[in-house]
Amino acid sequence: MDALTLARIQFAFTVGYHFIFVPISIGVGMMVVLSERRYYKSGIPADRAASNFWIKLFTATFAIGVATGITMEFAFGTNWANYSRFVGNIFGAPLAAEGLIAFFLESTFLGILLFGRKKVSKGFYYVSAWLVWIGSLLSALWILIANSWMQTPAGYKVENGKAILTSFWGAALNPSIGPRYFHTVAAALLTGCFVAAGVCAYYMLKKRHLQFARQALIWASSVGLVIAIAMPFLGHWGALVVAEHQPVKMAAFENVTDTQDGATLWLVGWLSKESDGTYDTHGIGIPNGLSLILHLNPDAKVTGYTDVPQADRPPIPATFQSYHLMIALGMFFGLVLLVTVLMHILKRLENARWLLWVLIACTPLSLLAINLGWMSAEVGRQPWVVQGLMRTSDGVSPLVSSGQIWTTLGLFGLIYLVLFVAWLRIFVGIIKKGPEDTVEMLEAEKGIAPAPAGAGR
Amino acid sequence: MTLANIWFVLVAVLLTVYVILDGFDLGAGVLYPFIAKGEDEKSVVRAAIGPFWDGNEVWLLTGAGAIFAAFPMVYAMTFSGFYLAIMLVLFGLIIRAVSLEFRHRDGNWKAVWDGAFFLGSLVPALLVGVALGNVIRGVPMDAQGNYIGTFWQLLNPYSLLVGVTGLCLLVQHGAAWLSVKSEGELHDRVWRYRKVSFWICAVLAVATSLATILTVSRASDNVFGSVVGWLFLVVFLVGVLYTIRQLFNANGALRSFVGSAVIIIGLAGIAAVGNFPDMVPARGTPAATSLTVTRAASGHLTLLVMLILAVVFVPVVLVYTALIYKTFWGKTKAGDADY
Repeated sequence: MDALTLARIQFAFTVGYHFIFVPISIGVGMMVVLSERRYYKSGIPADRAASNFWIKLFTATFAIGVATGITMEFAFGTNWANYSRFVGNIFGAPLAAEGLIAFFLESTFLGILLFGRKKVSKGFYYVSAWLVWIGSLLSALWILIANSWMQTPAGYKVENGKAILTSFWGAALNPSIGPRYFHTVAAALLTGCFVAAGVCAYYMLKKRHLQFARQALIWASSVGLVIAIAMPFLGHWGALVVAEHQPVKMAAFENVTDTQDGATLWLVGWLSKESDGTYDTHGIGIPNGLSLILHLNPDAKVTGYTDVPQADRPPIPATFQSYHLMIALGMFFGLVLLVTVLMHILKRLENARWLLWVLIACTPLSLLAINLGWMSAEVGRQPWVVQGLMRTSDGVSPLVSSGQIWTTLGLFGLIYLVLFVAWLRIFVGIIKKGPEDTVEMLEAEKGIAPAPAGAGR
Repeated sequence: MTLANIWFVLVAVLLTVYVILDGFDLGAGVLYPFIAKGEDEKSVVRAAIGPFWDGNEVWLLTGAGAIFAAFPMVYAMTFSGFYLAIMLVLFGLIIRAVSLEFRHRDGNWKAVWDGAFFLGSLVPALLVGVALGNVIRGVPMDAQGNYIGTFWQLLNPYSLLVGVTGLCLLVQHGAAWLSVKSEGELHDRVWRYRKVSFWICAVLAVATSLATILTVSRASDNVFGSVVGWLFLVVFLVGVLYTIRQLFNANGALRSFVGSAVIIIGLAGIAAVGNFPDMVPARGTPAATSLTVTRAASGHLTLLVMLILAVVFVPVVLVYTALIYKTFWGKTKAGDADY
């Protein structure tokens, strides 16, 4: 394989891997804030134990997220030197700002969360939990500013083969940053809700730590439901921006071959390749649906990808399928959360074993969904690394050999595999051990414990 | 002073702060398998850097980000040119970043994470110095600013000497920090390591200085030919004399750590003055291929925006960095790592 292909594989692998841990950190970070807030108000040991539990899950995940995040900052220089020279004027600043504004905040106050329980006041500790979480949200902001600039570049001019900044606010507040930031963060929080819900469902199935599980599941499912309801609107906002600024990507999302009036919105489908390099969609679609939702007019014109030469089109099937699978999973999550909240209101949740199992299954599925969404955004931008300005193939480091990339790819594979196994063991281990049982907590559980196992349905 | 020159100074400051702060925990990581006997002492060493190391490392990430933003050509050339070396540093930082947390949570793999902590400290501590050696010595580059030498050319005697000196500098710095944070038997042992590693480092520093004067005369001429160069030479000497005095003072641990930090400031200043106005000089290729501050710098607006960000946020960062050091000040006890 040539160096370009290997460099792309390495970037896709390392960023996809990193993006497993980021949403868990952001999502579980929210649980830390919620539970620490509760402890700050109540001061009872059971609440502290609950908060400590989330902090353990958070820090184990945060550690591997930090470690694999360093890779990404290095990768632009090591494997994408031409890209770095072209965009450095614009792309480097958000990365530096991320370090200065977000990483310092996160890492400093993480030290308090880890080592400070006995050293600082309850209020200081609670504020630290907030600051760590805010740090992770700011980190997401800067990295999405950088990435959104690659999707919809703005506030620049090209001079001597380099993109030069002409307006900081123009570049930072580029057309896609709004929807992409809120959509991504909402998805990360939803992932966190499903991690929490999965943990609670497991305890309910095992009839352990019930008081803890009830409390956390109410948070996770109600916050999750709000997000799941907001998600179609956030996604739609993003789709409008894509249709306006990256029409070929939009065409790939829905496999719109030729520019047409009244394009179809596909719910599910598979693509077959035609002799001219386009694809034919087979599946269930809403005729004129795409025109309707993009332009509020069923007969509106939608750009097709045959408007651009084949060399300027992204891989259509990968873009189409990752996009549709993400949406299908998102709909499914909304349904699951709705049923969960209803069952909770009806007080039948703890005995609905099937639903608890579905919640556990949703934990990995939510990670799959967020990665599919990221994939559709990035694959759909191809063949460009910066939309319309630089091709991915032109961004690679010209003199790094395929042998060198093979070597490091092998090492990444090995180290990342060991880290994943270690992280999973630790993560599952923390869950199996559960929050510490304090005397008060055990007493409280005795008081309101449900009928013994077996008496239920 | 142009904006590009200001950023040259700021990048130097960021990286110097990185060496002073992360330097002590890297050094402690290198010493970890040798100085800590038994679980209790190991736990003291880990707790002595536990709340700090992550924030310390952010100075490197911010420094690298600042180089990317302010001097994209330097970032692109060094990271792609020193490919395998940078990747080894990266792998070191990765296994190190997880090792402390994972060791604490995973009782069965303790040996693995102890090893990861040691290796993950050793490799960056050594290779960052080797990279610096090459940046001082100069590397062959093409007109686009790509490194055109081989991997083995990076492992030249001069750069290896700088690497080993740097490693030793961080080890004595880490030993000084551990002397501050430990007590009893461990403290006495660490203090002995602190003295021995200082003297080894001193010998290596003399050797590196001579090698620089003899083989990289451009750098030494720059230092001896400028007032700022002489200023940093004085800072360096003051740091050395102050540290030596503290080595003979039984209660001099903290002051010897401060002395060590002054030495690092002096050395970093000397290295920066030695290279200016080049960031990475060309060696074996025409002088026009050198990455000078002016040639490598980003546009005016980028540098200005970044400067505003730095002026606003660096003081904020310093405030809460001070806060965390104050919170965890004092001797570390064996139980402190059991959070």
